[in-house]
Amino acid sequence: MKKKKHFLDVISENRFIHILLSILLGFLVGALFLVIMGLSVGAAYGRLISSVTSLKGFSYVIVYSIPYIVVGLSVAFSFKTGVFNIGAEGQFVVGSMAAAVTAILGASIPKPLLIPLCFLAAMLAGAVWGVIVGFLKTKWGINEVLSMIMFNWIAFYLSNFIAGLPAIKSEGTAEATKNIPVNASTLLSKDFINSLGLAPTANWGILIAILMTVLVWFVIEKTTLGYELKAVGSNKFAAEYGGISVNRSILTALAISGALAGLGGALQLMGMGNRISIFSSQEGFGFAGIVVALIGCSNPFGVLIAGIFYGALMYGGSKLNLEGVPTQLISVIVGTVVFFIAISVIFENLKRLKARDDRNAEAAAIKKAEEKKEEKK
Amino acid sequence: MTNFVNSFGIILFATLVYATPLLYAALGSCFSEVSGVVNIGIEGMMTAGAFTGTVVAYFTGSPWLGFLCGGLAGAFFGMLHAIATVNLGADQTIAGTAINMLGPGIVIMLAKILFNSTDTVPLTQAQKIPKLFAGIFDTSTVFGRFMDNVFANYASTYLVFFAVLLVWFVFYKTRFGLRLRACGEHPQACETLGINVIKMRFACVCISGFLAGLGGACVTMTMSTQFRPISIVGQGFIAIAAVIFGKFRPQGALLGCLLFGFCSGLKVVLGGSSGINMHLVSMIPYVVTVLALILFVGKSRVPAASGKPFVKAK
Repeated sequence: MKKKKHFLDVISENRFIHILLSILLGFLVGALFLVIMGLSVGAAYGRLISSVTSLKGFSYVIVYSIPYIVVGLSVAFSFKTGVFNIGAEGQFVVGSMAAAVTAILGASIPKPLLIPLCFLAAMLAGAVWGVIVGFLKTKWGINEVLSMIMFNWIAFYLSNFIAGLPAIKSEGTAEATKNIPVNASTLLSKDFINSLGLAPTANWGILIAILMTVLVWFVIEKTTLGYELKAVGSNKFAAEYGGISVNRSILTALAISGALAGLGGALQLMGMGNRISIFSSQEGFGFAGIVVALIGCSNPFGVLIAGIFYGALMYGGSKLNLEGVPTQLISVIVGTVVFFIAISVIFENLKRLKARDDRNAEAAAIKKAEEKKEEKK
Repeated sequence: MTNFVNSFGIILFATLVYATPLLYAALGSCFSEVSGVVNIGIEGMMTAGAFTGTVVAYFTGSPWLGFLCGGLAGAFFGMLHAIATVNLGADQTIAGTAINMLGPGIVIMLAKILFNSTDTVPLTQAQKIPKLFAGIFDTSTVFGRFMDNVFANYASTYLVFFAVLLVWFVFYKTRFGLRLRACGEHPQACETLGINVIKMRFACVCISGFLAGLGGACVTMTMSTQFRPISIVGQGFIAIAAVIFGKFRPQGALLGCLLFGFCSGLKVVLGGSSGINMHLVSMIPYVVTVLALILFVGKSRVPAASGKPFVKAK
């Protein structure tokens, strides 16, 4: 006879249910805030849904989600290998700037060559930015979270500095780089966009994002390298004992993670961005990547879906002010979702506690039976 | 020479003003980290404090009440973090990330409701945290001007130095401090000695939020006069960095915060006398920190139980 599963078992075993529950609770809390503010929940959520479900709206969502997916993969990859890549922000920024410089200086290079060149430059820059931090850690034992925060800001000001250089800066009054040449753009053709009625920034970067998703999954699950990195992530002492070089693994993980974040920067620039502004504060793609990786459970395919979900919230959220709803509602919803994902471990803990209680009860029963036997003797 | 003394005075003034909010937040971070809970949500707690401080000061006219309420707002988010991480055993990094989204999200929405704008109404001079010793130095002499620059500073700055001393005393000279540090190193051992690890950590994370909230309130009630969405951009993370830099000791964090403050002060002065690229100057604090880490500080030992949820044994 098949034993009926306890409902706790069902919930605790399925991460997917955790995530769905968390998302539901996030929207509930969002609704609560709307009610407190005296705004219509139906109108706000209706606008959110209607703005992302049309073909044009959905194409915007995809455009928005490209950098989130790739940066999310970067962070997820680092999580798998036990490093918390809070430095994805900086790697994204240097990647984006490397692609911009390559594109602007190499405007005469034909398109089929220039685009891969930009991708490579971005990945290389991101990887270097990641490896520097890894090197500081492995060589001098410097805490990687600390140096990543520093390198995020160094990247930010470096990008602003480069954007202001005469060869790069826009000729007009704009506080930004020149527009990247057509040769480096990943936008779909105007005719195609117009005939389908897509977003004007529709681009094929999403294909790269999907390709990266599969690639990351393959590396993590199907290669020796992935196995070694995961081993270091789950227990670095055991991994070291097993003959894996922990330091080399950390450097490799940060290089790959950095390359992905850098690629995210290039995709954003060559699709939607078109140029890089001189910013007064960080744009936050790295932090978005952390959130996407968390919602996606650090699983590459989960990250792909989470990235699109996040893109939908960001694009739909930008339309909320049409209903008089503050855009920040989205931060509250996403924050709540992440909060509940964090505490969803309670289900696992409950299950552990229940198992322990069961064990204790069993042990008590056995003891009792033995005592009875003793008495009989 | 006169110029140099003037500039030096201005740098010192800016150092203190910039370091103050960082220092509050860093002391908060110390409490949490040393008790064994990673608190990456400092940034969100600071934002909550920054908003609440200005709003309360604006409506009541009392800067000190505003300052206190800023701390309490931070403590509220600290409590959320504590419930998630200490009571429910949540991943501390994930919960902190959530706080960093929730804090700004909620307060900016509140700003929209209260002021119909993402910015709050600027505070008047009387609603800001007052400056101590203003006007007692004779600013007509070079020396007087220097003293005025350095010592006629916000009351919150004087308070924070006192707070560093207090936290140092609590950490290293009281039973509470000993227990607190033990919770971060070996919670199981604490539990066998009858220390309630859960309670200790809960309290520490709330204190951490309170101090971060005070730090946030300092930003909007001294340097600037209003809350804007970009009031708190990265200060929370810099505070965390200062704590790691200072090897998780309050006195070390003081050094780290002063270093950041000094570099920011340098930026103010160098930025004025142009010719040097502003973006490169802005990079100084971060590059200096990395260099200082390589040259002088080196390994920073994280409290042994940091980041691990504590599950009570039965």
